[in-house]
Amino acid sequence: MAKKHAVTFKLNGKEVDVVVPPRELLIHTLRERLQHTGPHIGCETSHCGACTVDLDGMSVKSCTVLTVQCNGAEVLTIEGFAAGGELSVLQEAFTEEHGLQCGYCTPGMITRAHRLLKENPDPSEEEIRYWMAGNLCRCTGYQNIVKAVQYAAKKLSAQAPA
Amino acid sequence: MPEDKLEREEKLQGMGVSRKRKEDARFIRGQGSYVDDIKLPGMLFGAIVRSPYAHARIRSIDKTKALQVPGVVAVLTADDLKPVKLHWMPTLGGDVQAVLADKKVCFQLQEVAFVIASDRYAAADGADAVEVDYEELPAIVDPKKSMDQDAPIIREDIADKDNVGHGPRTHPNHIFTWDAGDRAGTDAVFASAAVTVREEILNPRVHPCPLETCGCVASFDKVRGQLTVYLTSQAPHLVRTVVAMLSGIPESKIRIIGGDIGGGFGNKVPVYPGYVAAIVASIVTGVPIKWIESRIDNISTTGFARDYHGVGELAADEDGRIKALRFTALADHGAFNSHVSATKLPAGLFSICTGSYAVPKAYCRVDAVYTNKAPGGVAYRCSLRVTEAVYLIERMIDVLAQKLNIDKAEIRRRNFVKAEQFPYTTSLGWTLDSGNYHAALEKVLAAVDYDGLRKEQAEKRARGELMGIGISTFTEIVGAGPNKVCDILGIALFDSCDIRVNPTGSAIARLGTMSQGQGHATTYAQIIATELGLPSEEIQIEEGDTDKAPYGAGTWGSRSTPVAGAAAARAARKIKEKARKIAAHLLEVGEGDLEWDIDRFRVKGNPTEAKTMKDIAMAAHTSSIPDGMEKGLDATEYYDPPNMTFPFGAYVCVVDIDRYSGETKVRRFYALDDCGTRINPMIIEGQIHGGLTEAFAVAMGQAMPFDENGNHLGNSLMDYFLPTAVETPKWETDFTVTPCPHHPIGAKGVAESPHVGGIPCFTNAIVDAFAHLGVTHMDMPHTSFRVWKQCKALGIHQR
Repeated sequence: MAKKHAVTFKLNGKEVDVVVPPRELLIHTLRERLQHTGPHIGCETSHCGACTVDLDGMSVKSCTVLTVQCNGAEVLTIEGFAAGGELSVLQEAFTEEHGLQCGYCTPGMITRAHRLLKENPDPSEEEIRYWMAGNLCRCTGYQNIVKAVQYAAKKLSAQAPA
Repeated sequence: MPEDKLEREEKLQGMGVSRKRKEDARFIRGQGSYVDDIKLPGMLFGAIVRSPYAHARIRSIDKTKALQVPGVVAVLTADDLKPVKLHWMPTLGGDVQAVLADKKVCFQLQEVAFVIASDRYAAADGADAVEVDYEELPAIVDPKKSMDQDAPIIREDIADKDNVGHGPRTHPNHIFTWDAGDRAGTDAVFASAAVTVREEILNPRVHPCPLETCGCVASFDKVRGQLTVYLTSQAPHLVRTVVAMLSGIPESKIRIIGGDIGGGFGNKVPVYPGYVAAIVASIVTGVPIKWIESRIDNISTTGFARDYHGVGELAADEDGRIKALRFTALADHGAFNSHVSATKLPAGLFSICTGSYAVPKAYCRVDAVYTNKAPGGVAYRCSLRVTEAVYLIERMIDVLAQKLNIDKAEIRRRNFVKAEQFPYTTSLGWTLDSGNYHAALEKVLAAVDYDGLRKEQAEKRARGELMGIGISTFTEIVGAGPNKVCDILGIALFDSCDIRVNPTGSAIARLGTMSQGQGHATTYAQIIATELGLPSEEIQIEEGDTDKAPYGAGTWGSRSTPVAGAAAARAARKIKEKARKIAAHLLEVGEGDLEWDIDRFRVKGNPTEAKTMKDIAMAAHTSSIPDGMEKGLDATEYYDPPNMTFPFGAYVCVVDIDRYSGETKVRRFYALDDCGTRINPMIIEGQIHGGLTEAFAVAMGQAMPFDENGNHLGNSLMDYFLPTAVETPKWETDFTVTPCPHHPIGAKGVAESPHVGGIPCFTNAIVDAFAHLGVTHMDMPHTSFRVWKQCKALGIHQR
């Protein structure tokens, strides 16, 4: 059996240590070793985006990242969004604009939208659609997801210091 | 309305309000509880060994190497399941299906063995190490060749049976022939008609592909003899009954828990071999077993839809008034008939194919055959075979319009059932409950400036550009269903609601349905809030746990609002009747002296004398109730709907096609839906956006291709089309309200209308773009390549 590796990374701001086989995928480490079941598995081929997490300031699909690649990294998952129990603006936006139905894509969508707004705080509708295209939703038809991102962009820019 | 009434009404957050969803709080935090989130102590993982061949005999299975893989605990095959008689299972279509292949495989990726291991990696390694020796057999892929004289026999297990539940069979690969209507009368009208049209129309094999695949965690407690299964099911109670029939475990000791479901769209109605294998594995090992389908397994083996090879024919007079309809379909059911269908309706509700039109004579027939493809036959975001039926009629009326050179809106006006004709019984026997088709169409035509669009199209055609305008004026049939005609495995398709009002005036309601994103926890509470005058915020909704909820047939076929929603309203009314008696007693007046006022009974003529429902709830649990009255304020309703509901809509789609690349741009899609009384407009709109997007997916890109040996040629998300935010069009929605006369609150289903009505609208738009060039039909999916091939065939593809 392949040698296991000790990996240390920051998960939602807290340091975690895991010992994993080299082939273990980040999504499985998060869900099965670290009880972070917010990110979901939808395809295992990087197409659907349900497993999207933020890794060192980039959106990644955690079904195609090896946990051993994450040593020293900072990982943000949906569980890291409601800091101190208060909803983040994006979480509020998704419920206000009815941007979810079954909820399966939602953690990935919110995590991806977070990175989008970090990099482009005032996106056009076309830009939102393009930047969110790596995350599939089968329920909403995206229209209200786009509105949710617009809602969050507006609210966040109003909150930002001038 | 006076201010205090408005305030009280507002406080209820009842019917008609765009109440925010109660489900969202957990989903936006990543705290949903989907099946793969379930982790039980000692749990092992199952992985399935699948056949590489579409048709082959199994010579032998060697487990030796697999059992040596670290972490592998056991490998189960059909031979291991035989002693407990669980190697075959009944299907929802009246057939049987192999749980694990018994001597031969009949479709590619069929379940052959089940490997149990300590974790999912070890299980996958174990599955890879199982050695199966196959003898390949010729496969049947084209359903048109299934009943050839020399066709290989797919199902040797039933080769000598002259009936598999739905009438006589004429060939070993024949499943059933079902028909409806007046064949001779229809033929006679065709023989003397002024005009007839005929078109071959395919609904290709597609897959609902919810974002969460199927899976389960089965946990058998040997000491208590109890089986608990967390399972992705749209119909948990039906699953419990099937498991009881299969396993012999008393149904009272089986608990099915739906939890949160990551989308269903029909995929999660049937019982699949993986579930049964996991249950058997848990019974054998005595520990919980998790089985989660991969995406490729999902698309390849569970829950395909459609594969209806149709022929549409209409007979009409010279003015385009339809005189007769003759629709037939050859249905490719795959290797086992596991089509979800009511026992008496093997081709489902296909006979709704007369659509929104007054068709004096009609005949329809479906011939179902076996092929070497996966079983399934689910209704992908529609009621049983309704998309197939509606697609045929909405396409054929366009074909007729083109033949007679009549405008496609005008031909619909001429044939619609008129508002004053409802309830209207069609020539195939359905009684359409209510409708106002002309008004819906005119509203949409005005909204999109239809005349202006036709003018623009004429100008573009003159310049050699391709622009298409599609119309779809569909009638859906949802809410299965009247128990006289609708049952599955003998169980009538009623649904249920059990409401308990607590002393302090909050309530819990449990229903036999199962939300998969539809927002039931929000909308059912709104129905009950309005009926009972209690705030929806204080009404808890539960469903999907068979130990808690009353028996019901689940959520599919847009049946939740028509059936369980009706049960909720009627259970609430039973409570209200009792509350009226208590109020009369408390106010010392006769029941007839009381009138209902939003949240209270008040004395007529003396409105300050009143008892709110909250007052009454408390009183019902004290001794201040009439002598002899039972305590409590609870009621249960099992509802057998008197009829289906018939939502309808009028859609217009405008497309621009680049004739050099075949690329289609959906410029505009305007959807007007009428689902009767509207419970939560926000949720309705969300359902319509989603249904239209799934219609777009089917029309523009989804299909499951096979090669001549039955190999899948596109079963991952690399190949199978799921639209992203980029290609999905923007949707414009609108509505009219024509209440359902037989439903307690006048509501009809809605979630499937946009899918059923949307698909023909897209095809009609695309064909319309080529109509002036003599094109009458193009089969889906309308990918750029296929549209370009049409341009090439017409010689318009080059500059």
